[in-house]
Amino acid sequence: MNWITNYVRPRINSIFSRREMPENLWSKCDSCGTMLFHRELSDALNVCTNCGHHMGISPRDRFTALFDNGVFTEVPVPKPIEDPLKFRDQKRYPDRLRAAQKQAAEDEAMLVAEGEIGRTPIVAAAQDFGFMGGSMGMYVGNAIIAGCERAVATKRPFILFSAAGGARMQEGILSLMQMPRTTVAVQMLREANLPYIVVLTHPTTGGVTASYAMLGDVQIAEPNALICFAGPRVIEQTIRETLPEGFQRAEYLLDHGMLDRVTPRGQLRDELISITRMLMGLAPPVAGDLPKPAPPAVEAPTPETETPKAPSET
Amino acid sequence: MMNYLDFEKPLAEIEGKAEELRALARRNEEMDVEAEAAALDQKAAEMLRELYRNLTPWRKCQVARHPDRPHCRDYIEALFTEYTPLAGDRNFADDHAVMGGLARFHDQPVMVIGHEKGHDTKTRIERNFGMARPEGYRKAVRLMEIADRFGLPVITLVDTPGAYPGKGAEERGQSEAIARSTEKCLQIGVPLISVIIGEGGSGGAVAFATADRLAMLEHSIYSVISPEGCASILWKDAEKMREAAEALRLTAQDLMKLGVCDLVVAEPLGGAQRDREAAIHDVGKAIASMLAPLKEASRADLIAARRRKYLDLGSKGLAA
Ligand SMILES: [Zn+2]
Repeated sequence: MNWITNYVRPRINSIFSRREMPENLWSKCDSCGTMLFHRELSDALNVCTNCGHHMGISPRDRFTALFDNGVFTEVPVPKPIEDPLKFRDQKRYPDRLRAAQKQAAEDEAMLVAEGEIGRTPIVAAAQDFGFMGGSMGMYVGNAIIAGCERAVATKRPFILFSAAGGARMQEGILSLMQMPRTTVAVQMLREANLPYIVVLTHPTTGGVTASYAMLGDVQIAEPNALICFAGPRVIEQTIRETLPEGFQRAEYLLDHGMLDRVTPRGQLRDELISITRMLMGLAPPVAGDLPKPAPPAVEAPTPETETPKAPSET
Repeated sequence: MMNYLDFEKPLAEIEGKAEELRALARRNEEMDVEAEAAALDQKAAEMLRELYRNLTPWRKCQVARHPDRPHCRDYIEALFTEYTPLAGDRNFADDHAVMGGLARFHDQPVMVIGHEKGHDTKTRIERNFGMARPEGYRKAVRLMEIADRFGLPVITLVDTPGAYPGKGAEERGQSEAIARSTEKCLQIGVPLISVIIGEGGSGGAVAFATADRLAMLEHSIYSVISPEGCASILWKDAEKMREAAEALRLTAQDLMKLGVCDLVVAEPLGGAQRDREAAIHDVGKAIASMLAPLKEASRADLIAARRRKYLDLGSKGLAA
């Protein structure tokens, strides 16, 4: 506790109403309403320091905190053809995509990277709920396939952080086909005897849950994450009864045998290091500060090798 | 008594009139109505051809859900011999929304698995309208494993609005069950042939339809979400299902262009419900034609080709 949390915050809380919240310095916890200093919140990986509520975190911020010294290399993802169905609802799909790209400052809803965690080489993928609800379309499918192929090629474990409202409707059947496609990717890992660890984050629902997000060797969830196939509203409409407290939340799934662990974000890194090292048969992790890792290996910039290969060509 | 869809109402009137005339003539022998009735028949036939010449995607959804369409049970009864149902997931229950078991197809032993919607109020409730729970998918996984071990081809018949969105289903791991079923489809070293005979609803359909060869009946659909669901999310208005059905490209014809479907099986004029026997017969022929070239393939080749098929999917859009 410092003077800000003890003294300034209570006053700020009383001074500012929700609407008047200053955008650049403070955030309000979605759960308990406490005003949180931005720096404090990002240091806590977007977990409320007052109530422990886990807010969304971008894949880039997550990776920066996850990888040793924040150093990671992006794994290139082959670009799928854009707008395969020429989909149009109230807006054109390409316009929705542009808007999402601008808002999230990312190309798409998944980031794939390789690097070391506690000096353990891994490949990781994180889904971005902030990008069109993290929805699974062809790009996300390609990202998972690229990540798994990279993991197999470098004999590394694959860690996946899921977050999605489901499949991307604007890609119609081709979004649905990411269910079998990503399942094939998971099978590549299994056949190469490499660990596949899934961290389910809030929310993970629909076709994403019903494919790669439920096929991990070890299934971990962040506290209170909504994890389901059909959302609670759909179920309430179907069965016309109120659902129990905590239904479809991480702890509820743990109780029903659907998960291995529920782990707070702040402890995830250590836990992932420990689990991956044990599964890979490596020595126990070294505690304390590690010397700086070597800079990431950059491949020779010859155009042929730099061109990302489509999964079909490898 | 025929069930008519809303867009078939004018047709229902003409067919009804012809039927009335003939009924009248049966009661009154002096009346000669045949010429008039035949003219009405003619008119009805023309109208039927016209209506079904170019069904809109939404109308196809309606036909795909038609209560009189042949269902899984009807296909199994007509196309297979020695059908021996195998029940249960060895864990919780037997799900009646999924039927399956050993059977012979043209004398060859196979494993047949499918969604069954039921045909009247009682059986529809019993079958949960073809919406499977985790037990259904786990039973399917178990059956596919048996097939894999004993070298029996697997034939799946897909007809579901989607997996059941219920409290117990979620608690028992609906997502995991679907994921494992899809995974099993991609693991077995025996031929896997799938036919969408009505509705291919989202993940609940993927769990069975991930196959070496996928055929679809001419008026069947396969979609990531129901048009109604899509409309209420993207248009904020469930009544915009016609627009959604159009945009989703869920017809057999569009899925053929996208490379998801390998074969479209033509339906009798007016849909499978108008001539159930003919529809069933043609599905039988389609299964035989898809199965034949796979019979000699090795386990490893089958698995590799199936995975390749799905990895390559979507590399071309509708333009291709
Ligand atoms: Zn809080």
